[in-house]
Amino acid sequence: MSSKRQRKKLGGEHLQRVIDLCKSVEERGLDPFTVDVDDIITVVRKYFPEWELPRELCLDAEAIHHLASVIKLQSEWVKHRSTSFYTDPFLLEEKIRKLSKEKLARLFLEAWHPIIELEQISPHSLAEALKYWQSLLPISERWLKTGYLEMETGATTREELIKLKIVAEKAFSEELEVFWKELKQKVDGEGKIQYWDFVGADTYPETIRRAYMTSFLVTYGYATLEVHQLEEEIFIKPFEKPKSMLGKKQMISIPVSISFEEWMRWKEAQG
Amino acid sequence: MKRKAYYARKIKRAAHILFYRRHRRPGVKGWELRRRLGSDYPKVLKILDNHLETLDLQIKTVFEEEKPAGEPTLEQLDKARFYVTIRGGITPKETKMMGWRIDDIAGLATAISYIISKKGKAPREEVEDLLRNKLPGWRVDINMDRYIRSGYLAEDENKQLYLDWRTRAEIDQKALVDLLLGTES
Repeated sequence: MSSKRQRKKLGGEHLQRVIDLCKSVEERGLDPFTVDVDDIITVVRKYFPEWELPRELCLDAEAIHHLASVIKLQSEWVKHRSTSFYTDPFLLEEKIRKLSKEKLARLFLEAWHPIIELEQISPHSLAEALKYWQSLLPISERWLKTGYLEMETGATTREELIKLKIVAEKAFSEELEVFWKELKQKVDGEGKIQYWDFVGADTYPETIRRAYMTSFLVTYGYATLEVHQLEEEIFIKPFEKPKSMLGKKQMISIPVSISFEEWMRWKEAQG
Repeated sequence: MKRKAYYARKIKRAAHILFYRRHRRPGVKGWELRRRLGSDYPKVLKILDNHLETLDLQIKTVFEEEKPAGEPTLEQLDKARFYVTIRGGITPKETKMMGWRIDDIAGLATAISYIISKKGKAPREEVEDLLRNKLPGWRVDINMDRYIRSGYLAEDENKQLYLDWRTRAEIDQKALVDLLLGTES
């Protein structure tokens, strides 16, 4: 019994290898004569009496289907070799490599007969254009001059610029470093903290700001996120030293919802 | 006289249908011509082709499958696509007017002839490697996309390149390969 199962397993592996080989010939344009059709047919025939389940028979049919495609490719290859179009690819490649750009172009022009055609506007496009033109405002209305208020020039202070949000109070990198230090202080013995416990603040705008800064901590390699899918929990783990992730690992994005409702739920839970 | 006028009218109509582009792709299918010109459209096209010869133009028939060895059947003609193309060759100066640089043409010649030699299918990577031999690296990808956009080449999901409809309509593939092989490098 067990030997039958083993034979089936072996046969299945054989057929899968046949399918993979045929597929690689079909998809990668390899020489179809690398596939020994007689050999494969012997293998398929050998294992055929073993198949009982629909799944096994499907695998057998798939192998035969791919083998048929390879035979078709072989037939095309023979047909091509016998036509006047057949050219030794290596010879042609050598010619192409050796010819100058100018000579190649000149030869091509002798065999090139470009299509002649006229493009014209159709009655439908004309009607569309007319509709557009009729709905278009006169140029005098479209180019109305924008009024402006003349003011005298004067000096401003740094505080005023901060108030107007033109200049940030701290440089962004400086702010990020402060935020990283805060994270390192807040983590527990395991070196991590729940995401909401860290980003959550008294006001919703402040929570948004902290979530925004946290995303930069993670992106710039100051910290990482630990996602527990089943418990639906996210932890933030700060690194001792910033790590550059770019180019080393494939980066992934983790979307975290910071909706007002979520924030309210968190606030209520905090009491 | 009546017969002459009949054909003169049909020839004019055939010229309008063939020259003015009415679909996304240029060219007209045989069955469309049969519907507009009648069942004797192959004869009308033959007379128009004679007229066009004086202007160095021709009517090119591209069959759906391979070109039939003998006279094509009406069914094959109905399925074929008809184009007006230049009959003779064009000069390098003319190609400039058409917006093609010498680099672009050499690249197209390389790509098409290589694909022909590989039985009409070649991996894009191989064609690009060959093009890098002729064109600056940064132009290779741009040019390849241009050839695909214009309908000279087609690419499948496995990054294999094929000859597309415009190559079949505009390029005498056999002449191209013979010219390349026959030239002294």
